[in-house]
Amino acid sequence: MSARKLALAVALSAATMLTAISAEARTLRWARSGDALTLDPHAQNEGPTHALNHHIYEPLVMRDRAGKLVPGLATSWKILESDKNVWEFKLRQDVKFHNGNPFNADDVVFSLQRAMAPTSDMKGLLTSVESVSKVDDYTVHVKTKGPNPLLVNNLTNTFIMDKEWSESNNVQKPQDFKNKEENFAVRNANGTGPFILVSREPDVKTVMKRNDNYWGKSAEVPLEISELIYTPIKSDATRVAALLSGEVDFVQDVPVQDIERLKSTQNLRVTTGPENRTIFFGMDVGSKDLKTDNVEGKNPFADKKVRQAMNMAINRAAIQRVVMRGQSVPTGVIMPPFVNGWTPELDKAPAPDVNKAKALLAEAGYPNGFQVTLHCPNDRYVNDEGICQAVVGMLGQIGIKANLVSQSKTLHFPLVQKNPPETEFFLIGWGVPTFDSEYIFSFLYHTRDAKYGSWNALRLSDPELDKKIESLSSETDTAKRNATIAEIWKKVQDETYYLPIHHQMLAYAMKANVDIPVDPENQPKLKYVSFKGM
Amino acid sequence: MLAFIVRRALQALGVLFAVGLIAFAMFRFAGDPVNQMVGADTPPEERLAIREQLGLNDPVVLQFARYLAGALRFDFGISYQFRQPVAQLLSERMPATLELALCATLLALVFGILMGVYSALRRDSALAKLFQAISLIGVSLPTFLIGILLIYLFAVTLGWLPSNGRGETVRLGWWTTGLLTWSGLKALIMPSITLGLFQMTLIMRLVRAEMLEVLRTDYIRFARARGLRTRAIHFGHALKNTLVPVITIAGLQLGSVIAFAIITETVFQWPGMGLLFVQAVQNVDIPIMAAYLLLVGLIFVVINLVVDILYTVVDPRLRVTLRRPA
Repeated sequence: MSARKLALAVALSAATMLTAISAEARTLRWARSGDALTLDPHAQNEGPTHALNHHIYEPLVMRDRAGKLVPGLATSWKILESDKNVWEFKLRQDVKFHNGNPFNADDVVFSLQRAMAPTSDMKGLLTSVESVSKVDDYTVHVKTKGPNPLLVNNLTNTFIMDKEWSESNNVQKPQDFKNKEENFAVRNANGTGPFILVSREPDVKTVMKRNDNYWGKSAEVPLEISELIYTPIKSDATRVAALLSGEVDFVQDVPVQDIERLKSTQNLRVTTGPENRTIFFGMDVGSKDLKTDNVEGKNPFADKKVRQAMNMAINRAAIQRVVMRGQSVPTGVIMPPFVNGWTPELDKAPAPDVNKAKALLAEAGYPNGFQVTLHCPNDRYVNDEGICQAVVGMLGQIGIKANLVSQSKTLHFPLVQKNPPETEFFLIGWGVPTFDSEYIFSFLYHTRDAKYGSWNALRLSDPELDKKIESLSSETDTAKRNATIAEIWKKVQDETYYLPIHHQMLAYAMKANVDIPVDPENQPKLKYVSFKGM
Repeated sequence: MLAFIVRRALQALGVLFAVGLIAFAMFRFAGDPVNQMVGADTPPEERLAIREQLGLNDPVVLQFARYLAGALRFDFGISYQFRQPVAQLLSERMPATLELALCATLLALVFGILMGVYSALRRDSALAKLFQAISLIGVSLPTFLIGILLIYLFAVTLGWLPSNGRGETVRLGWWTTGLLTWSGLKALIMPSITLGLFQMTLIMRLVRAEMLEVLRTDYIRFARARGLRTRAIHFGHALKNTLVPVITIAGLQLGSVIAFAIITETVFQWPGMGLLFVQAVQNVDIPIMAAYLLLVGLIFVVINLVVDILYTVVDPRLRVTLRRPA
């Protein structure tokens, strides 16, 4: 037995030496449920598309693995003292695109204008921009229609393309629906990023090789992967099987029921962490009367006590344990922990207390509860339908009978978005790409009008609150701005306009020789990966 | 004969028209495509503008008429999700689906006939009973479960075959094939078995029943009486007469194999039209859904037509009735 062990040890150390020698040629095979829709960096504002493009293209300002802003193609940025409407970006010098073209201010001006084109899907993030101009080869000014302290937060997924390449391949604009020809940039790419596109077969595989001239190589960014192969595998079971059989090295979108099993498998590692997305319930607080309830002439949700009672009736720990199998972070606020304005006090979930909830409900005039319809998606968030079923049961304990309608996201979201909304009690999730509270306020709390409140299906309209929210977008004094943010949170938390449930967690599974932490935006950044000896 | 084909072709057009109309009437219930196309922070008026631009606010009949007008010029529109021409997306994925469907059908035919003949000739042998048991599994287990079981056994536990994808492919003009590479062939095995298992059991049971029937007929007895060798009787006379209905069934089933490849393709991440269609349904990608449904309709119609023509070739009696339509 010991002789065999010795032989094994020898074989293993020999293998280690071999891998040490071949450390330069390292392939990482990466799988997730869906493919990037296109390589055109401005055609789709969508998670998996950005996640892949981040390896080929780069924005001016990036987020590191913890979600912190770090310099990308811009080395520094600031609002000009002389004109609060102008952001100045100093650009990185000696950067080359994959085809060898030098990177300079012309490329930035071109790319930002391309991202603002009518056919671009990124234009929504740049609506505050009035013009982009080149000052010198490595300085760019972005003029906004008023002071915009958050402009840089909106640029982290706006990639920079090569102007010459785009012109010679006739891709000055993203694809539109009238043009019958496929845009060259859909399948071809020329960025400055850590990996160079080798081949792309949509829905099959995308192969990239290391960019040996990458400007950002450092101790923190070891860039050890020499070849990156990206494969979409739609079926959960097949994706996990491909990891177990060793056909892929790194898998995203790990189903919650498989996490324990993968954790206990030798030579595999599972990382989990909160995603930038919070799941919560909303209800109609603004109508005089509800259509789907059994209370005549009154809207029970308009009463703060009813909302507080419901908030108290929900046992978030039970949802975490039973529905999410531990893969969630219960919360008391509809704001992920990375966001500016988040505090542990706000995040604290209220303790469930059925008796107190019943008493509150009775105080509000509903000792026997009431009936209402609850709308829920069943294919958008992790176990979304299960969360709704659990909450139906919990509300039932205090006498509120919710009739659950759960359906596909393509049918659910229009109910919330229609004006007026066609739901009175609903579940949605919200992520904050700008990592700032203003994004939550302006979409979910501000009165619904042309510019604000497109996801405020509460029919909530509070002019005083609106004024405070609007002041945030132009306040450049950070301390003052943060004070207003705290003030708004205090107000809306006190009113209990939404019923927060939890922050959704993500799980990645991988071979044990790599350690890829969960990325808050679910965009794993593989230039950081370093291989540990196996 | 020509009149017959023309008549059938006109019927086919009618079928396709009906398929398209029903499909368009049903898309309204699939939900809102715009929500899947834009980011969550897109303002409402921009969403409205996109709906307007895509013509989604028009009545269904108008949308359908516009689609038909395009389809007649082989213009199937631009996919909402991929922003690429649908004709190109489908033609890129068609080789994968057709190769898979043909391999599955071939597999089903070869093994189905062999097993059917064997279990008809050696009805009471242990192997014949095993075949019957296998066929029961093939009929009763759902496709995705068979696929996952195969993956678990051959990819995860034994590590012999790839769990997903098509392996290396070779490009021949616009067609891509996995039949010319070792990894492509290996990748084809499990999906073909998964997709073909049901057809195989069907053919096996059909051959067995037909064969038992034929073996009882007078001309087989007469052949035995003539002292022909058993092999010649079984394969020269009995099997030949068994095959007529088998070919009919196999031909007609080819259409459903292509259509039902959706599940197999999803389980094995097979980059064919079915996988594309599943994604299109989830994202209400109407141009892809419409083109796919029309294409599957067309395949069914063409196969039916070919089978009908083959009938007349195989069975001279039909030719006579065709010449004098009642």
